[in-house]
Amino acid sequence: MPKRLINLTVNGEAYEVAVEPWWSLLYTVREELGLTGSKEGCGTGDCGACSMLVDGRLVTSCIMLAVEADGCQVTTIEGLATDGNLHPVQQAFVEKGAVQCGYCIPGMVMAAYDLLRRNPNPTLEEVRLGLAGNLCRCTGYAKIYEAVLAAAERMRGD
Amino acid sequence: MIPAPFDYVQARSLEEAISLLQRHGEEAKLLAGGHSLIPMMKLRLVRPSLLVDIGGLEELRYIREEGEEVAIGALALHSDVARSPLLREKAPLLAQAASVIGDVQVRNRGTIGGSLAHADPAADYPAAVLASEATLVAQGPVGRRAIPAREYFLGPFTTALEPEEVLVEVRVPALAPGTGAAYLKFPHPASGFAVVGCAALVTVRGGEVTGARVAFTGVAGSPFRDDGVEGAVVGRPAEAEAMAEAAALAAQAVDYPLSDVFASGRYRVHLAKVFARRALAEAVAAAAS
Ligand SMILES: Cc1cc2nc3c(=O)[nH]c(=O)nc-3n(C[C@H](O)[C@H](O)[C@H](O)COP(=O)(O)OP(=O)(O)OC[C@H]3O[C@@H](n4cnc5c(N)ncnc54)[C@H](O)[C@@H]3O)c2cc1C
Ligand code: FES
Ligand code: FES
Repeated sequence: MPKRLINLTVNGEAYEVAVEPWWSLLYTVREELGLTGSKEGCGTGDCGACSMLVDGRLVTSCIMLAVEADGCQVTTIEGLATDGNLHPVQQAFVEKGAVQCGYCIPGMVMAAYDLLRRNPNPTLEEVRLGLAGNLCRCTGYAKIYEAVLAAAERMRGD
Repeated sequence: MIPAPFDYVQARSLEEAISLLQRHGEEAKLLAGGHSLIPMMKLRLVRPSLLVDIGGLEELRYIREEGEEVAIGALALHSDVARSPLLREKAPLLAQAASVIGDVQVRNRGTIGGSLAHADPAADYPAAVLASEATLVAQGPVGRRAIPAREYFLGPFTTALEPEEVLVEVRVPALAPGTGAAYLKFPHPASGFAVVGCAALVTVRGGEVTGARVAFTGVAGSPFRDDGVEGAVVGRPAEAEAMAEAAALAAQAVDYPLSDVFASGRYRVHLAKVFARRALAEAVAAAAS
C-alpha cells in the first residue's frame, strides 16, 4: 500500500507528510515532524497526555488518524510559547510547582489552555471538569488546579 | 501503540460509503469519531482491513427541528448535542446524556451515530434514546428504514443495524407540555463510562404523574426500559415518597446484571434504585417548572 500525502499546518508552519493510514496524528507529529512535546501515555484515549488542538478543538491525538487530520490546523504544546516566553499557563505551572515527573504536563497544559479560551473565569469545579480527560499519576492534581486558576487570573489581568 | 495495517478510504458521500460496505462486507468498518473503533483496533479486538471514513460527511452533522421532533444527524458530536439550545429545550435527555460522556476530548470527537452503532452496554445515549422513545434511521443499499429505540438494542455491542447499513439520524419527539426529564449517572471514576445511568421522563397533571418512562444503562447486557418502575409511578402523586417507592422496584426484571471487578451485579442493582429515585425526583421538579 502506498503512503498517503497529507497537508497539515502545525503551530503555524505548513507541512506535507507521507503517512501510512494506520499512523496516529500523535505518532506522525512526534516521529515525522520531530515535535516530541506531546506524549503517549495510554494510546487508547484515556489519559490525555497526547492532547492537541485540531481546528480549534481539544483532541486526543493518539486515537485520531493522521489521514483524518489532512487539511487541519494543529496546535501542539510547542506552539504555546511566543518569542521564547512561556505562555501564562506554562508559567503558572512552573511557579506553582505543578509539575513532578512531567509526563502528563504537555497534555494538561493544552487542556488548561483550551479551557481558559472557552471560559476565562472558571470555578475550581469547572477546572476539574475541563481537565477531566487528563490523568496525572504524580501530583494529586491540587497544584495543577491552583496553577490553572492562577493563570486564569493573570490572563484576565486582575 | 499502533493498530494492524489497514486500507483507508474517505467517503465522499453516504451512497459511496454504503456501496463500499456492500463491496467489502465484513472486512470493512465505518470510521466516525474513532473513539471506540481505534482503541479496539489497537487492542486487536477488531481487525478490519478497510476503514471507510464518514467523518467528513458534513451533511450528516446537524441538529434541527422537524415538526414535533428534533432530528439529530449521526455525525453530530457529543459536544454539539450537549450544547444545543434546541435539544436543551425540546429533548433535554439527549443533551444531558451527551454532556456527561467521558471528558472534553471524547466529546469533541465522538459522534452520536458512532456511540449508538457501537452499543456499549455502559454508554450514556442508549438510556436517553429509550426513555425519549426516539427513532433510529438507518440507510442501506435498498433505502431508509426507521427503527424504534425499543427494537434497536439487541445485546452487548449488538444492534438491529445490518452490516451494510449506516445509522444516519436519530429522531427525538419533543417534550410534551407538563413533562420533565433527567439523566443521571454514576460514572466509573477512571473511564467515565456509566456504572449505572438512569433516564427518566415524567408527565405531571394536577399534581399526579400521568406518564413515566424510565430507562437504564450499565445495569444489564443491554440498556432497557423498566416497566416495573414505570407502572408503579403512574397514577401516584408527584411527590418524593411515591417516587422512592417506585424506584425501589428498579431492575427487578434483570436476571443477570453486569458484574465486574469494579461493581458487582448486586451493587449495580442497588445503584439502579438510587439513581431511579434521584432521576424521577429531578424529572418531576423539571415538569413543574
Ligand atoms: C476515554 C474514553 C471515555 C469514554 N467515556 C464514555 C462515556 O462516559 N460514555 C459513553 O457513552 N461513551 C464513552 N466513550 C465512548 C465514546 O462515546 C465514543 O465516541 C462512541 O462510543 C463512539 O463514537 P465514534 O463516533 O467515536 O465512533 P467510532 O469509534 O468511529 O465507531 C464505533 C463503531 O460504530 C460504527 N459506526 C460509526 N458510525 C456509524 C454509523 N453512522 N452507522 C453505522 N455504524 C457506525 C463503527 O464502524 C464502529 O464499529 C468513551 C471513549 C473514550 C475513548
Ligand atoms: S496517549 Fe492519548 S489519551 Fe493517552
Ligand atoms: S507529573 Fe507525573 S504524571 Fe503528572
